[in-house]
Amino acid sequence: MSTHTEHQAQRGPEPLDVNDPRLSRFEIVEEGARRDDIEIVHYEPQVVPGSKAERRVTRTVAAMFLLTGLAATAFLIIYIWWPWKWEAGRGGDKYYTPLLGVTLGIALLGIGFGILTWGKKLLPKEVSIQDRHDQPGSPEDRKITGETMLYMADELGVKRRPLLGVSLLAGLLPVGAVVAAPLVGGLISNPHKNRQMFTTGFAGASRGERIRLIREDGRPIRPSDVSVGGQITVFPGIEGGVSNKHADSPTLLIHLREDDAQKSREANARPEIGHAGYMWGNYVAFSKICTHAGCPASLYEQQTNRLLCPCHQSQFLITDNATPIFGPANRRLPQLPIEVDEEGFFVAKSDYTEAIGPDFWERP
Amino acid sequence: MKRRKFDPAALPAKTAGAVDDRFQVATPLRKLLNKVFPDHWSFLLGEIALFSFVVLLLTGVFLTFFYEPAMTEVVYDGSYAPLRGTPMSAAYASSLDLSFDVRGGLIMRQMHHWAALLFMAAIVVHMLRVFFTGAFRKPRETNWIIGSLLFWVGFLAGFTGYSLPDDGLSGTGLRIASAIMLSIPVIGSWVTSSVFGGEFPGTIIISRFFIAHVLLIPGLLVALISVHLGLVFKQKHTQWPGPGRTNENVVGERMFPRYALKQGGFFMVVFGVIALMGGLFQINPIWYFGPYEAWVVSAASQPDWYVMFLDGSTRLMPAWAISIPIGEGYVIPPLFWPTVVLPGILVMISLFYPFLEARHLKDRKHHNLLQRPRDTPARTAAGAMAVGFFLVLTLSGANDVIADKFHISLNAMTWAGRIGLLVVPPLAYYLTYRLCLGLQQHDREVLAHGVETGIIKRLPDGRFMEVHQPLTPTDGHDGHGPALDYVGWVVPKKMNRLGALGPAIRGFFYPIEKPAEAPVSPGHPPVEARPEREEIGSGESRR
Repeated sequence: MSTHTEHQAQRGPEPLDVNDPRLSRFEIVEEGARRDDIEIVHYEPQVVPGSKAERRVTRTVAAMFLLTGLAATAFLIIYIWWPWKWEAGRGGDKYYTPLLGVTLGIALLGIGFGILTWGKKLLPKEVSIQDRHDQPGSPEDRKITGETMLYMADELGVKRRPLLGVSLLAGLLPVGAVVAAPLVGGLISNPHKNRQMFTTGFAGASRGERIRLIREDGRPIRPSDVSVGGQITVFPGIEGGVSNKHADSPTLLIHLREDDAQKSREANARPEIGHAGYMWGNYVAFSKICTHAGCPASLYEQQTNRLLCPCHQSQFLITDNATPIFGPANRRLPQLPIEVDEEGFFVAKSDYTEAIGPDFWERP
Repeated sequence: MKRRKFDPAALPAKTAGAVDDRFQVATPLRKLLNKVFPDHWSFLLGEIALFSFVVLLLTGVFLTFFYEPAMTEVVYDGSYAPLRGTPMSAAYASSLDLSFDVRGGLIMRQMHHWAALLFMAAIVVHMLRVFFTGAFRKPRETNWIIGSLLFWVGFLAGFTGYSLPDDGLSGTGLRIASAIMLSIPVIGSWVTSSVFGGEFPGTIIISRFFIAHVLLIPGLLVALISVHLGLVFKQKHTQWPGPGRTNENVVGERMFPRYALKQGGFFMVVFGVIALMGGLFQINPIWYFGPYEAWVVSAASQPDWYVMFLDGSTRLMPAWAISIPIGEGYVIPPLFWPTVVLPGILVMISLFYPFLEARHLKDRKHHNLLQRPRDTPARTAAGAMAVGFFLVLTLSGANDVIADKFHISLNAMTWAGRIGLLVVPPLAYYLTYRLCLGLQQHDREVLAHGVETGIIKRLPDGRFMEVHQPLTPTDGHDGHGPALDYVGWVVPKKMNRLGALGPAIRGFFYPIEKPAEAPVSPGHPPVEARPEREEIGSGESRR
């Protein structure tokens, strides 16, 4: 407040007596502005009262408001009576949302532009200058506030009575932990429970159960179901195998051409890979979950035997043990060892021998 | 005693008096009504973000009345025939119901989505405005930090909201998010399994995202926005330099009534545009994507635009895994760098930029006047560099679509992005820096020599030269007035800026008013070029 009065002192004129009956309303407004350190330096009516221009702008604004009323009414009518239930084909229901949007949009734009025109064209233009007053507090004020705070610290006397501070800290720390405990304790979940990161829906196969490869509709697959060069997405033939409960299990079964299959077998047999016997005939099965970010690597190019993940364009060469050959993926797609059971359906020989999906810190 | 008659005319004054008796509002209210705001079109960008946020709250509340945040499996039995009988999560089914079985639900959903995109876009453009004009300098660093945080909180709000319908596209996004969390060294798998409540996707993530999306994040947004606006109010808005404008004052309009009226009108316009977009432009048609199934994805799966730069950085990252041969062996996957480290660096750079710049320039002063981008070439060029970096990443986020539409090899697109990411930003820096210097030079030239009139004169000795209109009265010696100083504001560069063409005639189809007499009658050159004004530079060579 002190700066305020200083300013008025500098400015010279005494504050106006606002009860003076000779003052116009604008003069009182100006006086109010002056008390807030604002000088209205330019105030220019844009239209002459009663002029043709004024009537014209008034009509425009009124027309916009009326347009809003019309559009809003149209919105309500359409909302209530237009057929809106989805039907196959090109029914009127396809226009329901667009019509609502157009009428609501026009209603809102009408009121918006009406208000804008009112403000911009009918109200006087002005230029006012206000002082910022963004100087920091005076050194004296700063000192007083600082001393007051130090005084408060003195009164509490933690310095003289250190036991208070230590015991308070010792008391509060566990309380902080109490606040955090339920949150952390409730949320935390061990990622290695049941070795879940290293097993899939095919895990039973490693324990000697027979787990067939099934299609999306649950039917098992015979070798003759996949044509040469063809591929099919398969799932573990267990309860919930074709669901997001086993989001790590979708597998791509590919029937390679003879020469590609030969290459693939040779790649599998390399000692550092050690996947000899994972293929059955010319059939090979790889995890469909990309080792980069977990999208399904689902675009298979028959001619080049490449598998492309559409999310980040990692490319895997199927005939070379699904080695990544381009893009951000750094790890082979894990291979599922497969064979055909006595009834002629594909089964998993064992679970995947590597972790499925995106890489993580403790993957050995 | 005489009964006092009820006087309706005195009612407002009486009420106001009663209110002031109790709450003492008259003085603060006067200050509020009188507050002066500087006006410039570029100051309205942040408002668009604010208004979109209001629309987001309004439409969002509507959506919660019908959305069911559960991953329980149900069989769809709604109006949309193609999906009838499909097993799906309750979240997806209720999102479909919102689109097909709630009257007007679809437009609300689409308005919500468009408002979210607009919110993020307005934040980015507003941030660019603040950056390029130096509005973040002391004393406004805190507000810059809050603004930067608002972008990232908005980013989270967008991502959690995007995931809620649990359709094929959003599920794929969630899976990538889980992979990103997994990639964090040491704690990655623990974080992921804690967030998802077990192995991906689990059964709880949608309800957790829901409460984050409708309560925690909006709460944080409201808090941050309130502080942001409060600080703008307290510190008063910056202004462009110009006549009468100093570092110590604010030149503009008082808040009421004209400024507030314009703001209100602008809000309705933003609201109206969002309504038009929500009605006319389809967005996120979840019924085409189907429910999320871990084994289904299609090409051209793109996230919302503000996430695309991270998608792009993920695509461009080479497959560099770091193996740590201790014990059983540990690994830092390549995914970690573009999705965790890069955003981390970006957050830090933006948070600390005001302090870094002030330290570099040893600048401790208060700045309430804005700078034209050309006057700070280094900052402007650095900003252009950041924009170039962002654009390369964003385009790379759609590189499969570009490759497809323009018949370019996908791998070539990836390589172009990798090289572009290294080449484009420095190039943008250099070009912008030169551009700024060129513009500065031209400003000085006009101040010294005057505006080009477009009038070519042939001198008796056969030379041609253009007549310039000096900006100051000439001193009669060589056609030059006293040299003008550059004051950090627009220099007129065309004759009509100097009023040579007369005022524009008002009216859309026909003039509203009789046009004012043009200062120069047609047929004549706009400026009577006196002989001593003809040439700029050395006056001696004339004739």
